[in-house]
Order: sequence, then C-alpha cells, then structure tokens
Amino acid sequence: MDVSGILFVFLGAQIIVATVGTVWSRNPVTSALFLVLNFFALGGLYLLLEAQFIAVVQVIVYAGAIMVLFLFTIMLLNLDNERALAEKFDLRKGFAVLLGGVLLVELLYIIGLKTPIPIKQTALTTVQLGEAKYIGRELLTNFLFPFEIVSILLLLAVVGAIVLAKKNFTTSPKS
Amino acid sequence: MPNDYLLSLPILAAAGWSVLLIILEAMLSRAALTRVFAMLGFALVGGLSVIGFPLQGLAFSEMLRIGGFQHFANIIFCLSGLLVVALSEKYLDDENVHYGEYYIVAFISVVGMMLLAAAANMAILFIGLEMMSIALYVLAGLMRRDVRSNEAAMKYFLLGAFASGLLLYGISLIYGATGELALHKIAIAIQTGSASMLFWIGFGLLITGFLFKISAVPFHQWTPDVYDGSPTPAAAFMSTGAKAAAFSALIVVVTNFSTLLQNSPTWSLVISSIALATMVVGNIAALAQENLKRMLAYSSVAHAGYMLVGIAAATPDGYSGIMFYTLVYTLMNIGAFGVVALLESKENLLLASDYAGLFKHRPMLAGAMAVFMLSLAGVPPLGGFIGKYKVFAAAVDAKLTWLALAGVLASAVSAYYYLRVVYFMFMRDPVGEAISAPATSSLAFALIAVAVVLLGVFPTEILRITDAALKFAQLPTQTGF
Amino acid sequence: MQLELNHYLWLSAFMFTVGVVGVLVRRNAIVIFMCIELMLNAVNLSFIAFSHFMRDIQGQLMVFFVMTVAAAEAAVGLAIVIALFRNKQTVNIDEINILKG
Repeated sequence: MDVSGILFVFLGAQIIVATVGTVWSRNPVTSALFLVLNFFALGGLYLLLEAQFIAVVQVIVYAGAIMVLFLFTIMLLNLDNERALAEKFDLRKGFAVLLGGVLLVELLYIIGLKTPIPIKQTALTTVQLGEAKYIGRELLTNFLFPFEIVSILLLLAVVGAIVLAKKNFTTSPKS
Repeated sequence: MPNDYLLSLPILAAAGWSVLLIILEAMLSRAALTRVFAMLGFALVGGLSVIGFPLQGLAFSEMLRIGGFQHFANIIFCLSGLLVVALSEKYLDDENVHYGEYYIVAFISVVGMMLLAAAANMAILFIGLEMMSIALYVLAGLMRRDVRSNEAAMKYFLLGAFASGLLLYGISLIYGATGELALHKIAIAIQTGSASMLFWIGFGLLITGFLFKISAVPFHQWTPDVYDGSPTPAAAFMSTGAKAAAFSALIVVVTNFSTLLQNSPTWSLVISSIALATMVVGNIAALAQENLKRMLAYSSVAHAGYMLVGIAAATPDGYSGIMFYTLVYTLMNIGAFGVVALLESKENLLLASDYAGLFKHRPMLAGAMAVFMLSLAGVPPLGGFIGKYKVFAAAVDAKLTWLALAGVLASAVSAYYYLRVVYFMFMRDPVGEAISAPATSSLAFALIAVAVVLLGVFPTEILRITDAALKFAQLPTQTGF
Repeated sequence: MQLELNHYLWLSAFMFTVGVVGVLVRRNAIVIFMCIELMLNAVNLSFIAFSHFMRDIQGQLMVFFVMTVAAAEAAVGLAIVIALFRNKQTVNIDEINILKG
C-alpha cells in the first residue's frame, strides 16, 4: 500500500466516524464539531484527488464559514441544554433506517459494478485540472452565465436572511 | 442565429430588474413603490417573452435553451407573479406585514423559475431550482410573528433542501455515467453508449427531487401544512408558479431523454402509477378537509397528478396539454386562493361553511369563486375542463386508457368538495353579519374568472401556441442547429 | 491496493445514505440541517472523484456552485431557525414532523 492508499484509509475512517457521529450525537454542538471534522477530512480527500482549489475552498467556505454560522446559531439559541429531546426509537424511524439501508446496499452494489466511465481528452494534466488558474478560466468562459446569475441567488440569501431574522421589523401578531 | 443576449433577454431583464428592486427598496423603503415596480417588472418581462416568442436557440456556451416553450413558460410565471403580487397587498396589510422585501423575493423566485425552464445544463437547472426554492422558503416564513408561518417555512425548507440533495446526487451520478453536464450532450452520450445502472439510479434520484417539488405522492406530505401556515398569497404562488416551473423543467428533462424513455416500459409504469396514486390520494384527502386552505392544498396535489398523466403519456400532445393546463391552473387557482385570502384576512374565515350566503352579499365575488371551483372540478365548458381533456386524451392516444379513466373518476370525486363550496355560497342563508370586501377586488376576480371561461370556450388559439411552442422546444440535436 | 474511483464513490454513498437517514430520524431542526449538509458534501465528493478520474473539469465547477448555493441555503435556513426559536423557544420538530402529513 502506497502513501495515498494509507492516507485514503486514514481520511476515510475519519469520515465514517465523523458522519456517524454527526447523526448519532445527542448534543447539537457535538454534531456540529463532528461535521467540522468531516469537512476537514473531505478537504484532505480533495487534495488526494488533485483538486487543490476546491480543497482550499472546502476548508475556508464549509469548515470556516458555514460551520461557524451553524455553531453561532446553536450558541445564540443556547440549544446546548436541550439534549433531553425525545429521540426514541419507533416504527417510523425503523422504516427510515430500513429505507436508508436498502438505498445504501443498492448504491454500493451499483458502484461496485465498476461501470466504465468516459475519459476526456485534454491537454491539461490532472494536477493542472485542479488549479485555480484553469478553474477560473473555465468559470469565466463556458460557465460565465451560471457564475454571474448565482450572484442574484446570493443577493436573495442576503435579503431573505435579513427579512426573516432581523429583530426590529414592526409587526403585530396575528389574532 | 440570434445572439446570446437577445435570446436570453427576458431572463437578463428579470435579473437586472430584481437588482433594481433591491436598490429601490434600500434607498426609499416604500413597500407600495416596490410593489408597483415589481408588477411593472413582471409586465415587462412577460412582454419581452411575447415579443421574443419566435426566437430560439442555445445561449451562453449552451447553458440556456430558449424557444417557444420557454417563452410560454415565462409568460405563465410572470402572470402568476403579477396576480400574486396584485392580490397580496390587502392580505399583507391586514396581517400587518409591510415589507417591500416580499415583492423582491417573489420577483427573484420568478427569475429562478425562468432559469429552471430554460436550463440546458445541470448547473443552471440546479441554480434555478434553488433560487426559486430559497425565495419560496422566505415567502413561507414571512409572517415572522406567526408561529404557523415559521413552522411552515421550517418544514418547507428542510424538505426542500432534502429534495435538492437527492436531486443533486442524481445529477452527480448522471455526470459520472456520461461525463457531461449539458443535457443534450448527456442524451448523445446515452444514445451512443447505453444507459448504465449508474445512469438509471441517478435519473431516478433526479426525478424524485422533482416529484418532491411538484408534491406528487408519496412525497406530498409537506403540502397541506406548508400551504396552511404560509401567507395565503405565497401559497397561491407555490401552487401555481412553482409547480408550473417544476413541470417545465420536468418536461425539458423527459423530452431530452425521450428516445431512451420511450423504450423503457419500467419508466412508463412507474410514472403512471405515481400519477394514479397522486390523483387518488390528493382527491380523497381533500374530501376530508374542512379548512379551505388545506382543501386547496390537497386539490393542488390532485392537480399535480392530472398533469403527471401528461408526462406519463410522453407525447407532444401530452406536454402541450400540460402547458395549457398550467396556464389555466395558474389563473383558476390564484383566483381561488385570492378569494380565500380576501375572506381570511378580514375575519379569519376559512371553513366552507363560513362561505354560506356569500352570494347574497357579494354576488360578483361569489360568482367568480364559483367559476374557479367549477373549473378546478373540470366542469365544461370552463378552462379546467379543456386542460384535463387534453392530458387525458393524450393518455388515451398513448394506450394508457386505464390511467385516463382513473383520472376521470378521480375528478368526478373531486367535484364533491368543490361543489360543496358553491353549494354553501349559493344555497345557504348567511349566518352572522355580512362579509365585506372592497368592490375593486371583486372586479379583479371577475376578470380572472372571465379569462378562465374564455380559455374554456376558445382554447384553440392557446392550444395552437402551446403546440407550436413545443415544436420549438425540440432538441437542437434533432432539429440540427 | 490501487486507489480506484469506486473507493471514493463508496465513501460518498455511505455519507449520503447516513445523511438521508439522519434527516428522517432526527428531531432537532439544526441537526436535520446538518444532515442535509452531509448529503451535499457526499455529492461534492462524488463530483470531485468523477472529475478526477474522467480528467474533466466540469465536475469541479459544479462543486463550486453547490458550495455557493449551500452557503445561501445555510444563511436562509438558519434565519428560519432563529425566527422559529423566537416564537416557540424550541427547535424540536415534534409538530413539524418530517414523515407525517
């Protein structure tokens, strides 16, 4: 087993533990921290897959920004002492787990078939494909339209988040 | 071939206008002004789509596919947005919600719908879907002091994001199986090679994501709660514009893979069964509802089922029928929700029995509501009948007679709960004091009702347009440009 | 052992299904939202893996958009959580049960 294999096993195990931990934890803060761990491990895997730019963005945006937002909300709402939520096991949940199990087996089987994937002809090496330079070039040529239009989506998020969460909007409760 | 900017002018104009609205609201913060400008914007974008109707082609490195279909869909979205914004004013005033942001968010939602219908690439499909959905989450939760509105937003958000996750995983598996994100290139890759299991499971997840958005059974459970808790005009918007957009995207996706799907008996069986289940469950659940908002929510599930019959038929006639249906449905359902909103905001009247004797006080309003109800039930010669007739006829042509029959039976059942409202309005004596409503809104509803009647009496013109629109929507690979 | 595409995809499928199950069984709205983030990240992993083994840059661009959308979604979603919490003092989804109509 070479270095990348060892790294994969290490990061993969970390992802499996962190994934289960996120879902399993009673405390939302623990869940969030497991999720951060997960995002860091994913960043590592992206490096292993020679997607350097995405790996960096993963750590900055996901582990840095989005998860901080989560933790901040949890702290703000002081959800820590809500660990006594009734998370009991009932038939409905059993069904959900069964459903998930079937989906997982199906996915694992189909991936295990090793369907041959098309390999593109490209002048770039796999390392270059992950560089900011080439991603940026693609983003500003072929993917220019989605790149520009996604800015409207971000504006929407700003407007929406403010209108929902800002405190001093004057309204009276519905009778 | 017209250039990119000219082709996608309605979308670009809509995107630009939404920025203008934000600036306007930020500088002046006058909700009434933002509202007028939002309505102007809808009219402008709809007008641009009418003018640009014959234009067709791919734009911006094959990211957008524009044709008659997209223009027709844009007109439906703008119509839906315009009507919703128009009837929101009074409701929001009564609920004491004076945010200009409401109109901005509704406008951006329409931009998302337009992207969804025009998507020629999975990236645009995903961004459009999310833009529409995120805007709708905000609209659902806009009555911030009302717990039910918060809960509706929460539930809609969690399930919507979950559905997006499924859809996205589907996209990634399709990408893996074919190596492409552009829809038409995926179709070519599938034709030259063969559809692997990886592709099929990806496709299944993609369709599941859409079924969530159109609230098809078994993914419909969120619908009544969300419609019930949301501001009523927002519920009207979700059930018309958003549904029309999801169906447009679904039509774009299935026509794209038409050669593959026509040879797949499983696909036909699965989508027919879902259509059947949706019609049956939606109608039976609607029978038991006393609350009109919940009744309309289940009725919108049932109508998604009727439209899915057109998808199951998988013929141009079926798709053309769906387009006509979404147009009529937009008018009649916004009309029905609008009347509910009008009466709800005054006195919190939401039960069918609260409508007793409405005809005596407000003959015009009651008459319009009766037209909407009868049209939703599919009574000839109203627009709703023609829509149903078109999709069911397409199903019969596609040798799905059993499905069409089931649809006819289901709509016969639905007549009960629609006619009950009409019965209360006309046959019962009013209890309590008179329901007051401004005369202008009665007039507006009467106009919508007239449009529904006209669509039923003279459908040929619109049907010619939808047929033509669908020809334009053919794949570039097939028409060869 | 040579690292192959299916190793990454297996990992991604595992993350995805655990996320799905989490959404269905958990009651805390924020935890459900975290499970949705898990699903999105599973998708990103599969995109990057496909992109690498196909030598195709499009998958990485798609991940870029998914991240942008996820950030927008997080902002709005957490705003909804805060609005709900202000009125209800809880994020328990008992009334907003996911599998119940």
